[in-house]
Amino acid sequence: MSEQLSRGTGRTKAKGPLRLAIRTPYYVLTGGLAIIFLYPLIWAGVGSFAPSPGSNQVDGWGVGNYITLMYFQAGLGTYLFNSFVVTLLAVLFTLLLSLLGGYAFAYFSFPGKNALFLLVLSILMVPYATLLIPLVIWLKTIYLNNTLVGVAFILAVFQLPFAVFMMRISFEAVPRDISEAAKVDGCSNWTLLWRILIHAVKPGLITVGMFAFLAAWNDFMVPLYLLSGDNQTLPLALVNMRQQVMGVIDYGATQAGVTVLTLPCIILFLALQRHYVRGFMSGALKG
Amino acid sequence: MTTAVARAAVRRMGAKNRNAGIAFASPLALVTLVFFVVPILLVCYMSGTDWKLLGGNKGWNFPDNYLTVVEHRMFWPAVAFTVKYTVIATILLIVIGLGLALLVQESSRWKGLLRTAILLPAATGLASASLLFYALYSPQVGPFKEFLSSIGIASILGSPDGALWATVFLIVWRYSGFYMLLLLVGLQAISMDLYEAARVDGASTLQIFSRITVPLLRPSLALSTIMCVTGSLLAFDQFYILTKGGPDGSTMTVVQLVYNLAFESKRSLGLAAALSVIALLALVVVNIFQLRVLRGGDEDE
Repeated sequence: MSEQLSRGTGRTKAKGPLRLAIRTPYYVLTGGLAIIFLYPLIWAGVGSFAPSPGSNQVDGWGVGNYITLMYFQAGLGTYLFNSFVVTLLAVLFTLLLSLLGGYAFAYFSFPGKNALFLLVLSILMVPYATLLIPLVIWLKTIYLNNTLVGVAFILAVFQLPFAVFMMRISFEAVPRDISEAAKVDGCSNWTLLWRILIHAVKPGLITVGMFAFLAAWNDFMVPLYLLSGDNQTLPLALVNMRQQVMGVIDYGATQAGVTVLTLPCIILFLALQRHYVRGFMSGALKG
Repeated sequence: MTTAVARAAVRRMGAKNRNAGIAFASPLALVTLVFFVVPILLVCYMSGTDWKLLGGNKGWNFPDNYLTVVEHRMFWPAVAFTVKYTVIATILLIVIGLGLALLVQESSRWKGLLRTAILLPAATGLASASLLFYALYSPQVGPFKEFLSSIGIASILGSPDGALWATVFLIVWRYSGFYMLLLLVGLQAISMDLYEAARVDGASTLQIFSRITVPLLRPSLALSTIMCVTGSLLAFDQFYILTKGGPDGSTMTVVQLVYNLAFESKRSLGLAAALSVIALLALVVVNIFQLRVLRGGDEDE
């Protein structure tokens, strides 16, 4: 990330104690900023193991709050499994649709091409918050109500404007010589995509996949409208858990749940930071 | 002769090419049709019918739903609150995002760490961030409970202003890293030479900021503003989880009212669909207006 964003200051730097005297307030200020942004996350992580009144972890440190989660209604395992399935399917659908779609838009001309591209982009104009009411009825009609597959499809569709745009740009950025050489060697369109081009568009796929993962794993509103009972995903189950314990809120278990939800996102985010920032930068520089 | 053969070959290639394009694009077209186009048509239809949550479709009643929704006692308060929240959130996020981007744009180990720290909340989900802040603000376990009770505030979320600003703080915490990154990308695209030239000409830091940085950053600022306005107008998760629209409906947003009409107060999907259509149209108008302002800016340059 640092090479990506490298930039000289253009100022001459003071040295030694003088520099330290100038820079100390700066380090205090920016250090304070970093603490503000990190503190809530650390508080939740540490607090989930700490003793707190009204939770399953009253005396001393331990995993009492996680045990509460394990045995809450259908259990942490069920909700985690649901979240995994929804996320996995949503990421798969997003990757597959945007890979094939991006390939079609970049490499072929066919009737309705521009209309379809505009239609996909127009999804941005109509966020799902305004379409959940009809989706409740429509998914029932096509036998997908209260199913993980139905929710995954909807989450994928609202990733499509960004994903298709990104993949179209990625395919267009691949030099044409590659596909022409492959065609001369007798490569079919299908082989060209799966054997050759897929490697060239990998950075785009990683960016699209990560956005789809974060969106699907964390989404609350779509499951709220469309899932219930044992099919709830973890964010929805946690919010409902908070409301169901007769006005007494188990904050310890809430902290533990937030930790379980957030940890995979933070790990993925840190692991892919390099790709993520690069995807952002290259897209922006091409305008 | 040869040209005829070549032309036939080109035509054959074209047709093959076209069929392949259709084949590769068809899954995308199908899914978009089923999960996007059909729901749009359905929401328009439902908004004109008497459709109860439990009783189902009781027939066409256009324009009753629209009239009932606009006359609903929560309609104008929800619109006013949504607009107020959008203005506050957008101004704060853009100003803070830009400030942070300027602060961390130079490259050093410390600034790299700072960037990561500020970006990290953006990896959390809005729902989990809201739950986290719900616990953080709680008068039982929150780390600021002694401080707050010492200045006479029993619960931050208990007063309309407290609930609004507590939610705004959560949103700033969750999103300012994201807008920092977006604006950072724009800042990186401005050539160093321009800054050097301005400095050689004796421009002050303030002049450089207002005459070079802001005008050249305009596309990134416009994109950030559009994303921020659209996102805030549709605010739901943070208020549903933190305030439930309270106290006394003072933090009820339009999208929350949709949910409320459908599942809580009226239990009428027809009314909720009518409000959805109103929100959808308002959003399209706002977006077209914003895009026009953005495009107008490009023509000037």
